[in-house]
Amino acid sequence: MGFFPLPEIRIEKREKPSRLLVAETLATSIAISFITMSCILAYFGVSPITAYSIMFSRALGTSYGLSFLGLKLIPLLLCSTGLLVAFRAKVWNIGAEGQLLMGAIAATWLALYVMPEAPGPLLVPCMFIVGFLAGSAWAFLPALLRARLNVNEVITTLMMNYIAMELFNYLVQGPWRRSAYLFPETEELPEQAQLPLIPGTSIHYPTLAIAIGAVFFVAIMMWRTKVGYEIKLVGDNPEAARQAGVSAQKIVLFTMLLSGGLAGLAGVGEVAGNPAHHKLYYSPEIISAGHGYTAIIVAWLSRLEPLGLFLSAFFISLMLAGGSILKTASFRIAPTPEAARVLANVAHELVAIFNGVMLLCLVAGELLTRYKIALRWGGRGEL
Amino acid sequence: MSFEILMEILRAGTLLLFGTVGEVYAERSGVMNLGVEGMLAAGAATAYATVMMSGNPLLGILMACLMGMALSLIHAFTSISLYANQVVSGLALCMLGIGISRLIGGSLVGKPLPVQAMPTEPFVISAIIVALVAWAVLNNTKLGLAIRAVGDDPATADAAGINVALVRYACVCFGGLMTGLAGAYLSLSYMPFWAEKLTAEGRGWIVIALVIFSAWSPVRAIFGAYLFGCAEALAFSLQRFGMNPYLLKMLPYGATIFVMLVGASEAMRKRFGAPAALGRPYIREERLV
Repeated sequence: MGFFPLPEIRIEKREKPSRLLVAETLATSIAISFITMSCILAYFGVSPITAYSIMFSRALGTSYGLSFLGLKLIPLLLCSTGLLVAFRAKVWNIGAEGQLLMGAIAATWLALYVMPEAPGPLLVPCMFIVGFLAGSAWAFLPALLRARLNVNEVITTLMMNYIAMELFNYLVQGPWRRSAYLFPETEELPEQAQLPLIPGTSIHYPTLAIAIGAVFFVAIMMWRTKVGYEIKLVGDNPEAARQAGVSAQKIVLFTMLLSGGLAGLAGVGEVAGNPAHHKLYYSPEIISAGHGYTAIIVAWLSRLEPLGLFLSAFFISLMLAGGSILKTASFRIAPTPEAARVLANVAHELVAIFNGVMLLCLVAGELLTRYKIALRWGGRGEL
Repeated sequence: MSFEILMEILRAGTLLLFGTVGEVYAERSGVMNLGVEGMLAAGAATAYATVMMSGNPLLGILMACLMGMALSLIHAFTSISLYANQVVSGLALCMLGIGISRLIGGSLVGKPLPVQAMPTEPFVISAIIVALVAWAVLNNTKLGLAIRAVGDDPATADAAGINVALVRYACVCFGGLMTGLAGAYLSLSYMPFWAEKLTAEGRGWIVIALVIFSAWSPVRAIFGAYLFGCAEALAFSLQRFGMNPYLLKMLPYGATIFVMLVGASEAMRKRFGAPAALGRPYIREERLV
């Protein structure tokens, strides 16, 4: 064996990921995702350059585009901030989608059935509080099972998502349904419960302020506080954490409840802030719009650095806004009406594939940033 | 009436059984593939689109299997060759698979199949046969021994001359093939129509829970799959008696959490033994001698 020039790959752990390599990995991942998307666009007979230039110029250059972008930014920031904390502790909360829905349900319940007469300055803070609590509560069972019995939280949080969706359907089609109305939906929230908007846009600024505040709160918590240190220790080196007397169970509960609560806040914003909603509709997907899942990508793209969330959430919101623009502009850029119809149908899925490919590349690229790789020819190997 | 319900249970369970047997193999070799939901959805769309174009259901099944394998290869590459985080890689695969499914399905919405839906019986029977054969191979052959060795103690298996990466690649690929097959069954036989955004509706995740429930055994997977088929069929049947469908639809998901609670407890783990190296990449340079 030793006489043949065999390729020999050796890897060695790096002390710290190289910053240059991190940047290169990010750039390569985004590039591969764009190439994939371009291929699919080309398959539909659409020039990728035309498509991208329309997507980005309209998303950034028109008030409709910016407003849409901001509207997506709010729930993504809130959900991904919470997920970042959980992921740092290697707690895989995949349930932000359901936790968001529970926040929306709780806020609707409060505004329609508990205190509909309350003045806005009292009602709105209460809605955010119950939204946070509902999101946390939805994360509590998976957190408890993981902390006590080591039950895989990926599956339990996901199951909780589906249960939240069915609960949502039940309420909207059953007890909360607005009577004598064709489509199943709830009553509209009272006026004082609807969040104010930045004039001329659909950006509900109270939620945006909470989201930005949450990012800074988490940044300070991760850098400067004991609990932040413990979260990182449990995630990076559970054995050392155990010896240092850090309770992994407490960290699991804390990170899950915090991330659930933040997702719940996003849900309050979606129902009370998003001017297209202001009530619960017949399908939970209209309210949640997959933000809970997309936030996983946002968190990972930030490389779990709190301030990086601003950039990654902005980028993903830009892509989502681009997808919407692609949908409406499909008849202008597709070669035939048939192709335009199909393109309009799949515009959002194109962005979903873009996101999926990017996340895959980012995970795959971890090797390059964490290890030194040396490839030598002619080594004898250790076989 | 009771016979109808029994068939409904078998039909619902068959989909889960195909996926579970495949995922059992992947996990027994030490690789957790959380992308089942995505592979299932992509397989279903591939099968449907192929039959729409060619009119040949067998070709549809073949293409679905290939799609499942192709997607699982991505996960195999990132998690085995690049030592990537298997949870995140699997989730990414799931998102990618659902995206592909909707991309392919975008032009299929509302178009009926040009041929008759395939009968369910051959699928039901072959799923049981596959599970039994998979069990026999895992426990009685040299290949099965290699798979178990790689999943429990890759360093020792490596020292014994087993190609760890090759065995793991093969098992993950087999998992993708079976999941693709389950997808073909879903769209060609079990629910032979294409509605807007037909996805696996969480069945892929139930498969992952079933693997734990059946304690990584293809034979116990048969019972697990039919038990869950039961929950699904029950929700469906009770609906016909006028009970609220939405609360009943929670049943399989709630049951999954309950099963996780029972199956993943420390006592059960010790008794049946999860693959010791599950979810951990094998890095030769870092092995503990």
